[in-house]
Amino acid sequence: MKPFQKLDGLVAPMDRANVDTDAIIPKQFLKSIKRSGFGPNLFDEWRYMDVGQPGQDNSGRPLNPEFVLNQPRYKGAEILLTRDNFGCGSSREHAPWALEDFGFRVLIGPSFADIFFNNCFKNGLLPIKLAADEVDALFAQCHGSEGYRLAVDLQARTITRPDGKVLAFDVDPFRRECLLNGWDDIGLTLRHADKIRDFEAKRRIAQPWLFA
Amino acid sequence: MQAQTLYEKLWSSHVVHVEDDGTALIYIDRHLVHEVTSPQAFEGLKLAGRKPWRVDSIVATADHNTPTDHWEKGILDPVSRQQVETLDSNIREVGALAYFPFKNERQGIVHVIGPENGATLPGMTVVCGDSHTSTHGAFACLAHGIGTSEVEHVMATQCLLQKKSRTMLIQVDGELGAGVTAKDIVLAIIGRIGTAGGTGYAIEFAGSAIRSLSMEGRMTICNMAIEAGARAGLVAVDDKTVDYLKGRPFSPTGEAWERAVDYWRTLHSDEGAQFDAVVELDAAKILPQVTWGTSPEMVAAIDGIVPDPALESDPVKREGMERALQYMGLKARTPIAEIPVDKVFIGSCTNSRIEDLRAAAEVAKGRRKADNVKLVLVVPGSGLVKRQAEAEGLDKVFLAAGFEWREPGCSMCLAMNADRLEPGERCASTSNRNFEGRQGAGGRTHLVSPAMAAAAAVTGHFADVRTLA
Repeated sequence: MKPFQKLDGLVAPMDRANVDTDAIIPKQFLKSIKRSGFGPNLFDEWRYMDVGQPGQDNSGRPLNPEFVLNQPRYKGAEILLTRDNFGCGSSREHAPWALEDFGFRVLIGPSFADIFFNNCFKNGLLPIKLAADEVDALFAQCHGSEGYRLAVDLQARTITRPDGKVLAFDVDPFRRECLLNGWDDIGLTLRHADKIRDFEAKRRIAQPWLFA
Repeated sequence: MQAQTLYEKLWSSHVVHVEDDGTALIYIDRHLVHEVTSPQAFEGLKLAGRKPWRVDSIVATADHNTPTDHWEKGILDPVSRQQVETLDSNIREVGALAYFPFKNERQGIVHVIGPENGATLPGMTVVCGDSHTSTHGAFACLAHGIGTSEVEHVMATQCLLQKKSRTMLIQVDGELGAGVTAKDIVLAIIGRIGTAGGTGYAIEFAGSAIRSLSMEGRMTICNMAIEAGARAGLVAVDDKTVDYLKGRPFSPTGEAWERAVDYWRTLHSDEGAQFDAVVELDAAKILPQVTWGTSPEMVAAIDGIVPDPALESDPVKREGMERALQYMGLKARTPIAEIPVDKVFIGSCTNSRIEDLRAAAEVAKGRRKADNVKLVLVVPGSGLVKRQAEAEGLDKVFLAAGFEWREPGCSMCLAMNADRLEPGERCASTSNRNFEGRQGAGGRTHLVSPAMAAAAAVTGHFADVRTLA
């Protein structure tokens, strides 16, 4: 996994609640057996005027000019502002894969759906929960000033606004360590292989029907 | 000892290791696998030169991409076919306790075949790269959906990294009215607490109305716990749980069965156990439900109207409602019962079990699909459900009503196969998500119970199933 430490990035606003994973990456693209290449189909139904198909060349497709990420001022955005319950719905990890492949490294919102939130950390994507009024203020500033950027520091757990105001955020220490170092979860877990084997051996005796 | 909730019992019996910040390694007993969220995990395992930790924990099937008709032609879409064939070859290489591939007589939706084969047992931890894994909590399992990285993690280590959830009790007491089902209960719950109401919680469903439900009904409720934001839903073990599991292919037998049942009987929240949140509903007040918007919380009773966004004070919510009404092609204040439908879908991991098909058939019997309804798809959840329905003659009832009787699979719940809505088409669906484009780009989904879906099919619009008797 790509480590994440600091980022000073352009911000794009996704100003709607309950953005679901079907919207983030529609089902037809889930037929891929790869982990990469989902970026061009991020928010496909909102982003293009036609219906996208897997394997298609997306460069000539008609863009929806109304869609926020198609507006020139947000080109190259690496931080996405979101509203409540972003990432709800399916467990598809294709959603963080698509966001990451598109170029996002940080998501900032008042709340995220559980499975999606978890999936982000496995892919070098940092989802940050802030209080609703802090998120409101970021939306207002972002809408109001072109080229709006935020500086995110995971080590310090801070977001610095262009006006100098510093917002602190919480993140699980274990997740933070993994993300800062780009650690592979599996390798970390396998350090406890003996403990897993012991647990399993006891379970096999206590509930043998689970090992039929 | 302190009184424990069911969740706490399941959690503490699976903890292998705890990090300083409370992140725990929990042991996984059952790993359900399907073709969409597993290929990258198998590939990752192979690239890292790792072997699966315990192959006999894996039960696999192909369900999302499989067609529901003309099985003799195979899977026509080459991209879908490649995904299913990739699962075939991965399982061939790695192994599994059981694999029910495309066309196998016990193939079906992963959340239907687990329980019906006794591969889901009380006290287990169950995971699958699929958010509707919460379904299995109906058997007092700690069951939840995971991402593909976690699929790979479970394959490699038999464990999952998890933080303990908070606990929520949803108590539904009282008697359900005639024609009101498990689906209506869970839609009413989501309408009450919202799609993020359960975020961070494991929800235990309890109360006399939940106890009165069959295992099928309890699965419907737990299935949609994720639509309330909760990764896991739970129902305590009782006689119905034990009776359901007796004699299933992977259920224990003989002395092991007796020992298992003794243990399973302990899987309930203790008297006086404390929950972090409690929600109470009166079952007698729940009416048949119909969603009107693009989130499951946008739901109304059949005698209600499409709400008016102008009355909503929260600007983000108001815009969401306006956007939903525009997408759904609906006007505020339209009576729900006046909304016509183009298609009807009866199926999905929420509502494709035998009881669901019986409920739909009861309404369809002796009636005909309305002329304005283009298609009524009935898709059983598994090969076993299909055969049972045919043994009961339900297929004949559906065919006589002008409905289509299909082969099992996920089908038009998410439209990864050929079954889908065309832009602008409106569907009464027994599935679980009414998101934009979920059943096909531009399609409009209204979530309902199987009986209500059949009622819409025969009347051509949403109709109160209680008045169709």
